[in-house]
Amino acid sequence: MTDYVSTLSVDLSLLGPELVLLVAASLILIFIPFRKMNYLAPVIAVVGFIVSFYLAMGQWSEHSSGFAGLLTCDSFGVMFKLIFLLASFLSLLIAHRYFSVKGINRPEFYALLMFSTMGMMVMANTVDLVVMFLGLEIMSIPLYVMAAFNRRSLESNEAGIKYFIMGAFASAFLMMGIAFVYGAAETTDFRRIVADFSYIVANYKVYLYAGAALILVGFGFKIAAVPFHTWVPDVYQGAPTPVTAFFSVAPKAAGFAVMLRIFLYGFEGMEILSDVFWVLAVLTMTVGNVLALRQDNVKRMLAYSSISHAGYIMISLVVGGPEAISSAIFYLVAYTFFNLGAFAVITILETRSGCKSDFVELAGISKANPYLAAVLALFMFALSGFPPTVGFFGKFYIFSAAVKSGFIWLVVIGVMNSFVSVYYYLRVIKTSYMDAHEGQPAVVKMVPSIFLVLVITALGTLGLGFFPQKLLELSQSAIFAFL
Amino acid sequence: MVFDWLTLVIFFPLVGVLIMLFIPSKNHDTLKGVSLIIAFITMLISFGIYYMFDTLGNGMQFEINETWIVSLGINYHLGIDGISLLLIVLTTILTVLCILSSWNSVTVNVKGYYISMLFLSTGMIGVFCALDLFLFYVFWEVMLIPMYFIIGVWGGPRKIYAAIKFVLFTMFGSLLMLVALLYLYFEYARFSGEYTFDLFKIMDMPIAYQPQLLIFGAFALAFAIKVPLFPFHTWLPDAHVQAPTAGSVILAGVLLKMGTYGFVRICLPLFPEATLAYLPYISILAVIAIIYGALVSMVQKDVKSLVAFSSVSHMGFVMLGMFALNMEGLEGSVIQMINHGISTGALFLIVGMIYERRHTRLIEDFGGIARVMPTFSAFFMIVVLSSIGLPFTNGFVGEFLILLGTFKTNVTLAVLATSGVVLAACYMLWMYQRVIFGKVTNPENENLKDLTPREKLILVPLVLLIFWIGIYPKPFLERIEPAVKQILVHIDNARLADNGSETIIEKTVAGETETVDVAFGEKEEIK
Repeated sequence: MTDYVSTLSVDLSLLGPELVLLVAASLILIFIPFRKMNYLAPVIAVVGFIVSFYLAMGQWSEHSSGFAGLLTCDSFGVMFKLIFLLASFLSLLIAHRYFSVKGINRPEFYALLMFSTMGMMVMANTVDLVVMFLGLEIMSIPLYVMAAFNRRSLESNEAGIKYFIMGAFASAFLMMGIAFVYGAAETTDFRRIVADFSYIVANYKVYLYAGAALILVGFGFKIAAVPFHTWVPDVYQGAPTPVTAFFSVAPKAAGFAVMLRIFLYGFEGMEILSDVFWVLAVLTMTVGNVLALRQDNVKRMLAYSSISHAGYIMISLVVGGPEAISSAIFYLVAYTFFNLGAFAVITILETRSGCKSDFVELAGISKANPYLAAVLALFMFALSGFPPTVGFFGKFYIFSAAVKSGFIWLVVIGVMNSFVSVYYYLRVIKTSYMDAHEGQPAVVKMVPSIFLVLVITALGTLGLGFFPQKLLELSQSAIFAFL
Repeated sequence: MVFDWLTLVIFFPLVGVLIMLFIPSKNHDTLKGVSLIIAFITMLISFGIYYMFDTLGNGMQFEINETWIVSLGINYHLGIDGISLLLIVLTTILTVLCILSSWNSVTVNVKGYYISMLFLSTGMIGVFCALDLFLFYVFWEVMLIPMYFIIGVWGGPRKIYAAIKFVLFTMFGSLLMLVALLYLYFEYARFSGEYTFDLFKIMDMPIAYQPQLLIFGAFALAFAIKVPLFPFHTWLPDAHVQAPTAGSVILAGVLLKMGTYGFVRICLPLFPEATLAYLPYISILAVIAIIYGALVSMVQKDVKSLVAFSSVSHMGFVMLGMFALNMEGLEGSVIQMINHGISTGALFLIVGMIYERRHTRLIEDFGGIARVMPTFSAFFMIVVLSSIGLPFTNGFVGEFLILLGTFKTNVTLAVLATSGVVLAACYMLWMYQRVIFGKVTNPENENLKDLTPREKLILVPLVLLIFWIGIYPKPFLERIEPAVKQILVHIDNARLADNGSETIIEKTVAGETETVDVAFGEKEEIK
């Protein structure tokens, strides 16, 4: 028995960033009865996120494990912690204004957001299946509540219930898969599974493969891979827009963190995986893109677009290897910037009264709000992968990793999908710039929080597009340390 | 360290964009003024580069090669030869004229319009300077964004359709090009162990024949859509007709050249064997484009779509000359790129001027314009003649060289192409006759005002260029010549290799050996 299990070290510094979130969220919950909390909660949350971010950055270079080897900390995991924190922080800023306008600005939301983020951080920083499951549940349960957060709205409730049922279903699959893997390998720790891989395959191949398949279904649900995507459009449309923004980025990144670790490290020895992911990636990209073409609601369109982006990232699961992993990380960071940017614009537009984010409501915004329309256009170009935005470079990097490993036809399908997507992203720009509108278009009031989000995301989208070198180095140095 | 003139000329327009961001959108005059001044200075910079350009120098000049994205071996590699030089100068001149021409015709969202124009010129100049394939691709794609806006926001009645069609067509080709680019990148890494997109490094790599055909196909498709070569031309009439005047001028004058430039800069030197293999097909398509474009032009009712289809025909000449793959053909092809930019640009400007006065472009609405607008008619005449290729105008020099080059390699195609010149005279002069001569049939045309000083200012430089290239093309040709020689070296090497072993061409088109033999007149000499 290796020594990481025998030493039961309780190293709290390993959990530093998570603990900060936990404390901050608990503070909010404890003091909810006080009225001041309505104003204080977002402040506490922001401080919590910043401190947590700072602590997580400090973990970058150290590779350590603790708690009987259940929690690990490597640069791959830390990279994802930073992505989650960034996404949550930006979503929080987006949410504050929206919830104030809609009259549902309640402190619980911020606590839920932080709990959920904490769950993601646990997911990304373990090589043990059970801990992964634990993290997944810590992440998911607040998400269900967040989806239904606008409790007076029927759609929001529907979104919450739908997400909950589908999520519970997926968790069951996942648990079943973990049980199968445990049955085959007598452990849920990937270090041991990898070490004994040939033995397990030789003796319990069926169980191991069945387990892997069920795990794939469970996480396929989280990243909204086709055919496990059916919940996405309704939930994305029904949930409050800032929550949708969060959904489209953070849980997806968490799902990918785990999948990259499980399938490119834990089950690396299964040759069939590459083919399975090939099919899934092609399906996900294509179905997402084709269905996005005919949506009349921007949120629904972005929901399908997020499916197709998951498809692009899945290419890295097909390809495997360090290049692919770093390209997936790079893309997730890039995607965080431009997708949240797009949602920030949609959110602030939705603060106009009676706005449901249908396409027609975008008409004429370029006249009333030229800068808002301009950044929206920027994010759409980034989503469709035009240079000089980071959207182009991210796709380029994923595709280049795939071509390097010889998956040329997969890349051809990828670029053709990207071609199809141009149509519906440009439709947003078309509506806002070129369509005629009746009457005086409403001027949207800009607020500091959303302004900050837009500045950060626009700078990220353009800056990383022009100078991707730094982020490239970071994502290339984000590796699994527990090989 | 040498001063980096190319970076300056590429990014100087963006300085204007930055300034304009801080000007309130109501100050129309300031916005126009700033963009005009910036474009004018950019033009002066390009003249400076023209002046400093060493006519006798071989290879790339003003070269700059800095690392950009180190991890992937992507460099910021710029450099120009005679071909790029002329195209850059053409671009900057046309940008100034376009801004002048939009002075009164663009009234909505003025700020966005001029920002798009400057942004566009950065993208276009960048394409002509880039020597790193990744950088080339970035500039190639970037220029779609402002053009999409220019057509879609300030265009005609069917602008939205035209804009999206333009973007989708171009995207389709360029995305496949991206895959081919990645293939080359890794192929080169396998060949030499170095990851790079550098054009000249990749040029040194021999590419196996079968993959070369595919990669050439991917690149050629992207470029052919842009040119546009028949049958990929269907986006062009829509985009040209719906775009505002300045948009059409830039489209015809510069964007189409990006396609032919891509062929010259990338396809020919990088894939010489594939070029030889595809040659018969592309030449035939070029001839079809010449005749088809001319015939369709003849039946157009709208002057603007007539000019648009004439572009298809003219660009066919450029392609035909290029794929003659000899000194005359290629030189003529390059000079014809410039000529087409000048003449067709001028034609679109003229159409725009009359449209501003009458708000119609239908030929039947006009007639007898010569009486009311004599100066206009004179300018129109000169431009029409240059488009037809009358001696002493620029068109003659280009078409003559192209036909000469083609005649040397394939008499049949040359003869067919020549008929295109005759047809061009037909549709252009017929249109001119119906618009300008005769009696003033339509009372609305009685009171049309002749050209304003601003409009004369726009047309005079173009007319001067028309005669300069037509009468004394030497300064242009001597700048093109070394560049063309460099490119032909690659082709000749491939041909020699061909003759040394077995001929690839005869293998691929076994049934058509006769045509191919004619297409390679020089091969017989070697034999």
